[in-house]
Amino acid sequence: MSLLQLIGITAVKILIIFTMMMLTVSYLVYFERKISAWAQNRLGPNRVGWYGLLQPFADVFKLALKEDIVPTNANKPIHTLAPVIALFVAFTTYAVIPFGPDISLFGITIPLVVADVNIGILYVLALSSLGVYAITLAGWSSGSKYSLLGGIRSSAQMISYEVSMGFSVAGVLLFAGSLRPAAIVLSQHGWMWNALLQPIGFITFVVSAFAETNRLPFDLPEAEPELVGGFHTEYSSMKFAGFFLAEYANMIIASALIVTLYLGGWQVPYIESIGLPAGLVIAIQIISFFAKIAFLLFFFIWVRWSIPRFRYDQLMSLGWKVMFPLSLINIVWVAGLIMIFRL
Amino acid sequence: MSLELFLFLVFAAVAAVSGILMITRSEVVMAALFLILNLASLAGLYLLLNAQFIAVVQVIVYAGAIMVLFLFVIMLLRPEHEKIVTKISGIRTFAFIIAALVFVQLAYVILKSHPGSALNSDVTASVNAGTVESIGTELYTNYILPFEAAGFLLLAATIGAVVLAKRKFE
Amino acid sequence: MLYSIEEFYSILPFIILSTGILISVLIEMYSSKSEKILPWFSIIIFSAAGFYSLLTVNSMSVIMQGMLQTGGIPNIFHFVFNFGAAITCLLSVDYIKKYGAFFGEYYILIQISVLGMMCMAGAKDLFMIFIGLEVMSVSFYALAGMNRKRLNANEASLKYFLLGAFATGFVVYGIALIYGAAHSTSIDVITASFPAMSGNVIFLAGVLLFLIGFSFKIAAFPFHMWVPDVYQGSATTIAGLFSTGGKAAAFSAIIASLAPLFAGSVHVFMPYLAVISVLSMLFGSIVAISQNNIKRMLAYSSIAHAGYMIIGLAAGNHAGIAGIVFYLTAYTFMNLGAFGIVSLIEGNGETNLDLNSYAGLSEKNPMLALLLSVFMFALAGLPPFAGFFGKYYVFISAVKGNITWLAIVGVISSAISVYFYIRIVVLMYFRDSQSGFTIKNSSAGMLAVIISFMLVILLGIIPGSVINLISSFLN
Repeated sequence: MSLLQLIGITAVKILIIFTMMMLTVSYLVYFERKISAWAQNRLGPNRVGWYGLLQPFADVFKLALKEDIVPTNANKPIHTLAPVIALFVAFTTYAVIPFGPDISLFGITIPLVVADVNIGILYVLALSSLGVYAITLAGWSSGSKYSLLGGIRSSAQMISYEVSMGFSVAGVLLFAGSLRPAAIVLSQHGWMWNALLQPIGFITFVVSAFAETNRLPFDLPEAEPELVGGFHTEYSSMKFAGFFLAEYANMIIASALIVTLYLGGWQVPYIESIGLPAGLVIAIQIISFFAKIAFLLFFFIWVRWSIPRFRYDQLMSLGWKVMFPLSLINIVWVAGLIMIFRL
Repeated sequence: MSLELFLFLVFAAVAAVSGILMITRSEVVMAALFLILNLASLAGLYLLLNAQFIAVVQVIVYAGAIMVLFLFVIMLLRPEHEKIVTKISGIRTFAFIIAALVFVQLAYVILKSHPGSALNSDVTASVNAGTVESIGTELYTNYILPFEAAGFLLLAATIGAVVLAKRKFE
Repeated sequence: MLYSIEEFYSILPFIILSTGILISVLIEMYSSKSEKILPWFSIIIFSAAGFYSLLTVNSMSVIMQGMLQTGGIPNIFHFVFNFGAAITCLLSVDYIKKYGAFFGEYYILIQISVLGMMCMAGAKDLFMIFIGLEVMSVSFYALAGMNRKRLNANEASLKYFLLGAFATGFVVYGIALIYGAAHSTSIDVITASFPAMSGNVIFLAGVLLFLIGFSFKIAAFPFHMWVPDVYQGSATTIAGLFSTGGKAAAFSAIIASLAPLFAGSVHVFMPYLAVISVLSMLFGSIVAISQNNIKRMLAYSSIAHAGYMIIGLAAGNHAGIAGIVFYLTAYTFMNLGAFGIVSLIEGNGETNLDLNSYAGLSEKNPMLALLLSVFMFALAGLPPFAGFFGKYYVFISAVKGNITWLAIVGVISSAISVYFYIRIVVLMYFRDSQSGFTIKNSSAGMLAVIISFMLVILLGIIPGSVINLISSFLN
C-alpha cells in the first residue's frame, strides 16, 4: 500500500466516523429527550418534523443564532479554548476503536479502525486525562464561583475515577496480552467476553465510565440545584453547544470502549462457523458493534432517569473506598484465572 | 525533508516556544497552560525517538495528572491577587548562570557525539526497546528490586501526606 | 527475581523489614491502640533485621541481577541502621506523647526510612542508590514535620524538603551524566571503565555533582544550612535519627558507589573532599561554641563530625573507608545517646532545651548526668571511648594517604570542639540548678540510653577486632 493510498483511505475513514459521530450525537439528544419523556410518562418533542425528528436541527439553529455572552470577569482566550479542547478530546479518542474486522476492497486490506496503534488503550487513557482540562479551564475562566466549584469538583471526580478505570482496564490487558484494541477484541472470541470472565472489572469500569462522562448519578459538576449549571453556567450559544456535543460524544466513546473492552467488540459469538457468505458475516459483525453501542447508550439514559444523584462525599468515598479496591481485587481474580487455566 | 525531520522541527519549535512563553507570562494559569503544551510536545519528541510508552506516560502522568493538580492549586489559591513582597536581587543572574552551564554542557555532549556512534546505529533495537512489552519485561526481571523499592517510596509519600494533612491533633 | 534459597537468605533483612512495614500499616488501620503496639512491633522488626544482618555478615554475595550486595560492609551498615532505629523507637515510646505526635504512622515512617537506607548501603547500581535515597528522604521530610501545629516543625519540614529536593536534583543530574559517559548504571561497569574515563569531563562532572548532592545529605559545610534549623524544629528523637541514620546512609551510598574508585591510584576528587572536610570541621566546631540551644549545638557538632569522616574519603585508601565505617558505628550510638538524654530532659512544648537547663543536673538526676558526660567525652573524642578510636582510625588513614596536614587540621578542630562538649559536663557538675523543673521518668527511654552507653563502651574496649573485621571485607 503506497503512502498516498494510506492517506486517502485514512481520510475516508475519518470522514465516515466524523459524520456518523455528528449525526449520532444530535440524534442521541433527541432520543434522550424521548426516553426521558417515556420514563416520566409524557410525550417529549413531537412538533418539529415527523414525531419531532427534526428537533435536533432546530436546537442547533437556535443555539447558533443566540448571542455569545462572555462575562466581564472571564479570561477570554481560555473561555474560548475550553469547549475546543472538550470537542477535540471527544472526537480524537474514537480514532483507535475498531468497528469491524479487516476487510478487503480492490485487493487492499483495510482494517476498520482509523489508527491501529499498538498502544491504543494508553492513547485513550491519555486523551481522557487531557479531557479534564476542558472542564477545569471552563470553570476557572468564567470568573464565576459556581463555574469554578463545578470545574474543581469535576476534575477531582475524574482524576479519582481514572484510577479505578485504569486498574479495571489492566485486567483486560492481562487477558489480551496487548494494548492494541483490535487484539483485545480478537482475544474475546466466542463467549470469552471480558464482561463474563471478569464481572467485577466490568462493573467498576462501567461505573467509572459514568463518572468520567459526568453523567447521572455522577453529574455533580453541573448539579443544578447547587451550582446552577456548574462549569458551563457562563456559556451560551455555540460554545455551550460545544460542551453539549462533547458530553454526548463522550457517552458514545464510553459505550464504544465498554463494547470493545468487555462485550467482544464487533464479534458475534460463533458466527463464522455457521457458514454464511463472508461479506454477510462482516456486515453482521459491524451491525452488531453498533447495536451493542446503541444498547449501552440506552442504558446510560435509562440509568439517568432511574438513580438519584450522589452527594459529593459519597461519590468520593465510593470511588476511593469501593471502586478502587474492587478493581484491585479484579486484577488478582484475573491473574488467578490466568494462573489456573493457563489462558 | 523527511517526514520525521518535519515532525521533529514542529514538535521542537512548539516545545521551545511554549517553554519561553511559559516563563514570560505574568498570569500563572497561562504559564501552567504553556507548560502543559510544552510537556505534550515533548511527548511527541519521545514518539519520534521510538519511545512510545514513555511518550504516552508523559501525557498521562505529567500533562494529565500532575498539571491538573498544579491548576487546582493555582485556581484555589488565586495567586494573581497576591503581591510580590520582595524581589530577591541577583536571582536572575544566578538563574542565568545555571542555565548557561546546562546549555554549555548539552552543547558539548551533542557536539561530541557523532551520528555513527554505537548509540545511534541500531534502529530496530530501539523500536523494540520502546514498546510496552519490553519495558514491562525489564521492569519485572532485571529491575524488580528498584521497582519494588519505588513502591515503598510511594507508600512513604502517601502516608506522609495523609499524616501531615489529615491527622487530627488533640 | 530470586533464583535460589541462598539469595532468599541474603535478602531476608529486606524481606523482614518490608513485611513489617506492610503489617504495621494494617495494624495502624485496624487497631485503635496502634500507637502503643507499633513501637514494640517496630523494635522487634528492627532487632530481627539488624541481628540477622550481623549474623550473616560473612556471607558475601551479589543478588537481584546485580542490583544488591549483601554481606560485608553493607551488612554492618544494616545493623547500624536497624539498631539505631530500634533505639530511636525505644526513646520515642514516651517522648512523642510529650512532643504531640502520638500516633502510629510515626513508626511506620521510621521503618520505611530504614528500608531506604538499607537499599543505599547495599546498592550495586546507581538506580538503587537513587531510589533508596528518595525512600529515606521522603520519609524524613514527613517525620520532620510530624507535629503540624508547631511552626518550628513546619519550618524544619519545609526547609528539609526544599533543600533535600535540591540535593536530589544534583544526585540525579550526576547519575545522568555518569550514565551518559559510562553507558551503564551498574557500579561494577562504571568502576571497570573508570581508568579510561578519568579524563572524561562529562564523567568527572557527573561524579562531582553526585558528591555535591551527597554532601547535602551528610551535612558537610557549604551545604549544611538546613541542619541546625531542621534538628531544632523536628522532634528530638527524630533529629537523632537524622544525624545518625541519615548521615550513615549517605556515607554508605558514597562508599558503595565510589569506594572502588577511591581504592585506585587515581584520586582526582581529593582536593574537593579535603576542602569540604576542613571547612566542615572548623565551621562546625567554632560555631557550636556560640550555641545556647543544645539541639543546635549538637547540629553543629554533627557538621564537624561529617568533616572528620570525609577525611577518610579524602585519604583514598582502604584504611580510610574502614575508619569511616567504624566512626559511623561509634558516632551513631554516642549521638543517639546524647539526643536520647536531651529528649528525656525536654519538657512539654519544647522546653528545657537551652544549656542552662543542664546546670546542676548531677544533683537532680546523677544517672543522666553521668551518662551524658560519657556521651560528651565520646563525642569530643577523648580516650578510652569509642569516639576516640573513630577519629584515630580516620586520622591514621590520612597519614597513610600522604595528607598529614588534613589529619593535623582534624586534631586542631577536635581540640576546639572539646570546649563546648566539656562545657556541658562542667554545667552539670559545677553549677547550681537555676530552674526547678522535674524530669519525667521514662523507663523505655532510659533503657535506650543505657543500651547506647553500653555500645559506646564496648566499641571503646574492642576497637581493634571491629576494625579488623571491617578491613577484612575491603581486601
